[in-house]
Amino acid sequence: MSVKAMNSKEVARKVIEKKELFILDVRNEGDFADWKIEGENFDYFNIPYFELLDGVEEIMDKIPADKEVIVVCAKEGSSIMVAEMISDEGVDVSYLEGGMKAWSEYLEPVKVGDLKDGGQLYQFVRLGKGCLSYMVVSNGEAAIIDATRMADVYVNFANDIGANITHVFDTHLHADHISGGRKIAEATGATYWLPPKDAGEVLFEYAALEGGNNVVIGNSTINIHALYSPGHTIGSTSFVIDEKYLLSGDILFIDSIGRPDLAGLAEDWVGDLRESLYKRYRELSEELVVLPAHFMIIDELNVDGSVAEKLGTLFAENHGLNIEDENEFRSLVTENLPPQPNSYQEIRETNMGKIMPDEDKQREMEIGPNRCAVR
Amino acid sequence: MNSDKVLDAKGLACPMPIVRTKKAMMELESGQVLEIHATDKGAKNDLAAWAKSSGHELVSDIEADGVFTFWIKKGY
Repeated sequence: MSVKAMNSKEVARKVIEKKELFILDVRNEGDFADWKIEGENFDYFNIPYFELLDGVEEIMDKIPADKEVIVVCAKEGSSIMVAEMISDEGVDVSYLEGGMKAWSEYLEPVKVGDLKDGGQLYQFVRLGKGCLSYMVVSNGEAAIIDATRMADVYVNFANDIGANITHVFDTHLHADHISGGRKIAEATGATYWLPPKDAGEVLFEYAALEGGNNVVIGNSTINIHALYSPGHTIGSTSFVIDEKYLLSGDILFIDSIGRPDLAGLAEDWVGDLRESLYKRYRELSEELVVLPAHFMIIDELNVDGSVAEKLGTLFAENHGLNIEDENEFRSLVTENLPPQPNSYQEIRETNMGKIMPDEDKQREMEIGPNRCAVR
Repeated sequence: MNSDKVLDAKGLACPMPIVRTKKAMMELESGQVLEIHATDKGAKNDLAAWAKSSGHELVSDIEADGVFTFWIKKGY
């Protein structure tokens, strides 16, 4: 029987199209419990590869005959070894090319919509980590918001559609992933914007992004209107694009809200978070389509793979927007917090330009799920 | 730390460090110690988990200049 490589793009299609897949994950039990490939119709069996060095006979009854099977490990080597052993037992099997390392870095571009003057808005869905970033395109110019560290993906995408990247924004100083903003700005000559209240310790040049700023992309009409919305960090800023889309950063997600503690000041920022969500956002049109910087669970994906929902719907359905009692809200966002993201302090220092880890180290710092929300 | 055998697994990628370790352990007696040198970053977690599940003891480990050294005592 044959062993074939399946790449992250193919796996991403199966996630989005809700296909069936059997994942034999041969990483350590702890790594699997912490973070795995999520799919609505995926089934899993986890056994570390080093339990299988003498053969796979013992687990063959766990592997379904009627489903596509993929073996997954951290980098790929062990999954190839196990896939070959399974193939020798007479079963067709794939392995994940590049392992979880590649899965964590894969970005699926999804078009969210057309803009009024003929421009487009794209969402880049990082399925392996739940990060969402955006590209606004108009009249041959492009702006990028909340870029991941895979800067080449955006630069190549812009090249392919014939757009020059002129502005790069981060809604806040990220703690869960390394920003590609500065790298993209350096490669393209674009302006890199950061909220100054988050950038007090930043060691490089940036343009100060403040509430009320309007940045025009293309030669006419696409307004990126910055809206100061502190709470996840003190500088957190949202954007209203084309009077239709609300890029909410890590303040508001589809089924959860931002956590206020990743820069160490939960108690101080909880009031800001409430003010942003319960007052500032309330003043906006409920018709705005919310586009957050993260998703938490795969159920938040729409049928086309995008993560987007009307603000009015979130006011009705998102639990975090419906807590009348201020003390109850305070305890939700300060007491029952999930564990903090892996290496979040080092990630913040990298995003400030204070440390410059090599690519391997950056990859390692980002391994695992994101944990920016509270539900 | 004293060891009864040294395995050089430097430059090898997963799964080879464990494959070689397992083989080398078979040549040792219970209570003897294998010293392993590896450069694969995943080796630490995997060797610790493997040792535990196979009844061996990871006695000590250090990292210096990108090389991980492990001492594993063969179980009884």
